[in-house]
Amino acid sequence: MITVKNLKVNVGEFLLRQINLDIKPDEYFIILGPTGAGKTVLLEAIAGLYPVLEGKIWIDGREITRLNPEKRGIGIVYQDQALFPHLSVEENIAFGLKLRKCPKDEIKAKVSAMAETVGISHLVKRSPVTLSGGENQKVALARALVTEPRVLLLDEPLSALDPETKERMQGELREVHRRVKVTIIHVTHDFEEAIALGHRVAVLNDGCIAQVGTPEEFLRRPSSEFVARFAMSRNIFSGRIVGIEDGCALIDLGGAKLMATTESKGEVRLSLRPEDILISLEPLRSTARNCFQGVVSDIADRGSVVYISVTLPLDFYPTKSTISRESLDFICLITRQALDDLQLRKGTRVWITFKASAIHVF
Amino acid sequence: MTKMRVWRKPDTMSIVFIVLGALILLFIFVPPLKTIFSSSPGTLWNTLLEEDVYSSILLTISAALIATLIGLFLGVPLAYLLARHQFHGKRFLEAIIDVPIVIPHSAAGVALLFVFGSNFLCGKVFHSIGLGFFGAFAGVVIAMIFVSVPFLIDSAKEGFKAVDVRLEKVARTLGASPWRSFFRVSLPLARRSIFSGSVLMWARGLSEFGAIVIIAYSASFLGGRASVLPILLADRFDLGLDYTRPVAALAILISLVAFIVLRSIAYRGEKA
Repeated sequence: MITVKNLKVNVGEFLLRQINLDIKPDEYFIILGPTGAGKTVLLEAIAGLYPVLEGKIWIDGREITRLNPEKRGIGIVYQDQALFPHLSVEENIAFGLKLRKCPKDEIKAKVSAMAETVGISHLVKRSPVTLSGGENQKVALARALVTEPRVLLLDEPLSALDPETKERMQGELREVHRRVKVTIIHVTHDFEEAIALGHRVAVLNDGCIAQVGTPEEFLRRPSSEFVARFAMSRNIFSGRIVGIEDGCALIDLGGAKLMATTESKGEVRLSLRPEDILISLEPLRSTARNCFQGVVSDIADRGSVVYISVTLPLDFYPTKSTISRESLDFICLITRQALDDLQLRKGTRVWITFKASAIHVF
Repeated sequence: MTKMRVWRKPDTMSIVFIVLGALILLFIFVPPLKTIFSSSPGTLWNTLLEEDVYSSILLTISAALIATLIGLFLGVPLAYLLARHQFHGKRFLEAIIDVPIVIPHSAAGVALLFVFGSNFLCGKVFHSIGLGFFGAFAGVVIAMIFVSVPFLIDSAKEGFKAVDVRLEKVARTLGASPWRSFFRVSLPLARRSIFSGSVLMWARGLSEFGAIVIIAYSASFLGGRASVLPILLADRFDLGLDYTRPVAALAILISLVAFIVLRSIAYRGEKA
């Protein structure tokens, strides 16, 4: 278990401040943030490798804020692995054990057991310089885990890998975490990676933590527009709540009027995930409260999935009481199969349908 | 591994550059070679057996070696600090390190006497423990350190800079104290730069004349007196070129052999 309270760190151009984290034992915790948000610095501060201006850090109830890094029981794996180039794979893994003055046969046993766990038994005699990125990443993991740290810090461990290796390594990380009981803090800028691996995710923005929650909460209830954008919620609108109908708020977007389940009033910002919108050629008969007609204005092919932009008509005479906007586009996610079935083209008239509960008001 | 190269007609620029390069190579290469071969092996052997020659060779090599060891002990920590830390006045400090390279070496000799002469500050302290510098072995050593240690410090600094600082950070998280991380990670990884810097320092020490001629024109050595090789050469030159040539040939030979041996040690096991 690791607790961080009111941590303040000078990153250089800006400050990380008011960093509060409460990470449970054996949790896989993700810190998500854009490049340059100070993620690496935050990890190094936790590891004792970077000076802390204010605040405190505890591991398992013991305060470690001023403790030397070698006494914290924290392992770290960097993006480019930082393996010792003058040592073999075996010697890299044994490094921490040798420092602990373990007996030789114990070191040998632990190293080969750990090599087995991460699946690099056949590589132990090699030099890290001759290995691939994925293999090196496993060596770095083994080197950190063999000393049985209480907390393992992963600094963008998958970012330098090609997409296929990356996906495989995600699986391996999950597997290793299942086998080795350790609290993991993993920083990344990749939202999908965060969702795939994290029990919980913290989003770092502008030097502060913007939101902490489960992946599900990030998808459904982003706390701010920044988080919503980061979570690839492509539909973010401003609107005004103009009334209540059947227990739902009626939100005027300056074109369509949406039904949403919210307690908010007045001017609002809202988000709607592309995969929550259904596209059809005829109006759908369903319990979903929002159904509008529009025109396909763009088709962005992403391989197995396709993003469709649907433009809705604007209010012809916007009055002072309505939101004025240039255009009202909804981005919808469909499969390639659906694209073929519906035979969508630019200019096709379609209906979009979504539930009132799919709309998240900030 | 040999690679087949396709022959391509070189362009005019390459030809001009090759000719210019060949000229400077000949200029570097021919005079030492001609000096070595101008004396017969017999003459060289007999010269080597002359007492003032062999004691001079021993003095020069051993003093340069001790100078280099002291340079390593005091210079490598500084090189590490300079490679790892940013602070105000760092550039100034780096400029100070290179001062011995830019000032005339005989002036450096005078300057050293000002501090290490028996009438002065440091000299008095050392004198009280029986260590004199003027006309002494220790004088040769400090003159060599002064003029040659910048080469070692600069080279070691570059070596440490090339070591990824995160390797040290990882070592710390794995349980290494700062000392251990230095001796197990930083030092082994920078060893090649430090070694080649040492070779450079040693070679520079061997050839020092200006500073040594002021402090220790001749030094008490092995129960007698001896001068370092460059000074011996200058002395011999006063007697005539014929006396000088074999000594010069020996000096060149010894330096070259040492240089080749050390280089091959430094690059041992390294892939081209």
